[in-house]
Amino acid sequence: MHIEIDEISKQFGTTAALSPVSLAIPSGALVALLGPSGSGKTTLLRILGGLEFPTAGRVLFDGADATNLTVQERRAGFVFQSYALFRHMTVFDNIAYGLRARPRSERPASAEIARRVTKLLDLIQLPDIGARYPSQLSGGQRQRVALARALAIEPRMLLLDEPFGALDAKVRKELRQGLRDIHDTTGLTTVFVTHDQDEAMELADLVVVMSMGKIEQVGKPADIRAKPATPFVREFIGA
Amino acid sequence: MSKFISPRTERPILRWTLIAITFAFMAVMLFAPLIIVFFEALRNGAVAAVESLGNPEAAAAIKLTLIVAACAVPLNAVFGVAAAWFITKFDFRGKAFLITLIDLPFSISPVVAGLCIVLTFGSATMVGGWLTDNGYPIVFALPGIILASMFVTFPFVARELIPVMIEQGRAEEEAALTLGASGWRVFFTVTLPNIRWALLYGVLLCNARAMGEFGAVAIVSGKIRGQTATMPITIEMLYQEYLSIAAFSLAAVLALLALVTLLLKTALELRFADQLAATHRA
Ligand SMILES: Nc1ncnc2c1ncn2[C@@H]1O[C@H](COP(=O)(O)OP(=O)(O)OP(=O)(O)O)[C@@H](O)[C@H]1O
Ligand SMILES: [Mg+2]
Repeated sequence: MHIEIDEISKQFGTTAALSPVSLAIPSGALVALLGPSGSGKTTLLRILGGLEFPTAGRVLFDGADATNLTVQERRAGFVFQSYALFRHMTVFDNIAYGLRARPRSERPASAEIARRVTKLLDLIQLPDIGARYPSQLSGGQRQRVALARALAIEPRMLLLDEPFGALDAKVRKELRQGLRDIHDTTGLTTVFVTHDQDEAMELADLVVVMSMGKIEQVGKPADIRAKPATPFVREFIGA
Repeated sequence: MSKFISPRTERPILRWTLIAITFAFMAVMLFAPLIIVFFEALRNGAVAAVESLGNPEAAAAIKLTLIVAACAVPLNAVFGVAAAWFITKFDFRGKAFLITLIDLPFSISPVVAGLCIVLTFGSATMVGGWLTDNGYPIVFALPGIILASMFVTFPFVARELIPVMIEQGRAEEEAALTLGASGWRVFFTVTLPNIRWALLYGVLLCNARAMGEFGAVAIVSGKIRGQTATMPITIEMLYQEYLSIAAFSLAAVLALLALVTLLLKTALELRFADQLAATHRA
């Protein structure tokens, strides 16, 4: 799905989290929002997902105005920084949650739900953990379950907030490839937030460098490396 | 750091003294009075104790107290959940003030609370007069007793829930919304299961306090024998009349009701022990 952000701004009281930003995300792209802490990455991602509403500006999905769509209507697969797995449900029930929440007419039969959950568990290469609770998983396993739960609703796009933030370097590397693979198999337009420039450069098709609520530069990793548009970008990726 | 405040640094003597003091305090302040109540009730034998409960006044008091608790506790559970939910899931001006307001019933003397209800709903006031004329008196009747009990016990549920809900944050609810669940569905499948133990605990405390409330109810009920006298009120009246077997028997029943709620909580905790362990390990 093609996403267009048109002059979006967001105020929290007196702080401007986003001064007007515009950005076009081509269908099927894997995009990184890269920037230091407080630059507005999470805010922009939450606006795309419908968890936050812009003070001004529009969001367009495939050319249609989506600014006022509710979070449920957007059908965005959202992976939270802390994963936000339902702690009182098993992994199976976590992944099945979105399917069971559908209106009765669109809800798959329980055998079909079980089949899809099993398939997703295979996709994240954790076929045997369906009966466990989130507290019984490692950080990396939790992250993959959160991804499977988001994929279960057959989302129109995938939004991830620092998906590897809480993991050690070795697991990060593994899961990076995992996300790339899942993106390539599903073909979903994917936006992920990171403040790790290696991660952004290595994984993304398109990198969006942000600072203080503004977009500094948008481009392919190689182009941003070769031609930083502003002193801020040069310093940030040079670090 | 741990070198200085390890649990083993203080000398064994100190440790054992502290433990002994704690136990002695609990024995004197908690267990002894409870045992004495039962002892006094059974002074002339179990038959006399049970007989004293058979008189219509005592029976009416037990029934009234159960009815009051059955009304006040569920209502306060609903209000408490709503208040805690509102306070923790939304940002708004005056939030700190609202949290303080919830504690008001704890800081106000129950007697004052009772007087406030009489002044607001008594038959001399407009609202109270109109309701009394139409056959629904509030003061000196069941609705007033329920109101007074609710006022006094309002903070229990909300206060149990607010810290738990603040600690858990909004992320799980937001995740459920992005998965397509409606607001109500999120509440019943995510919010409520996450707070159920705190809710249970708050409800049990609320229940114990509602059944035991004296001051506010004494003012509002008018202490009409066999009609508006709850168990604590009846116990006090019997005691003042030197009917000590009857007073202590009724007191023993009240204490038993409290113990039953505690046993219920323990039983539930045992029953769901593995689930508790699974969901509470971070
Ligand atoms: N709910 C909120 N209320 C008030 N201010 C907020 C809120 N959410 C974000 N902000 C402010 O908006 C700005 C951008 O925040 P945002 O969370 O989008 O940054 P970020 O780029 O995701 O940072 P990080 O890398 O630390 O997660 C910050 O100054 C932050 O303090
Ligand atoms: Mg962030």
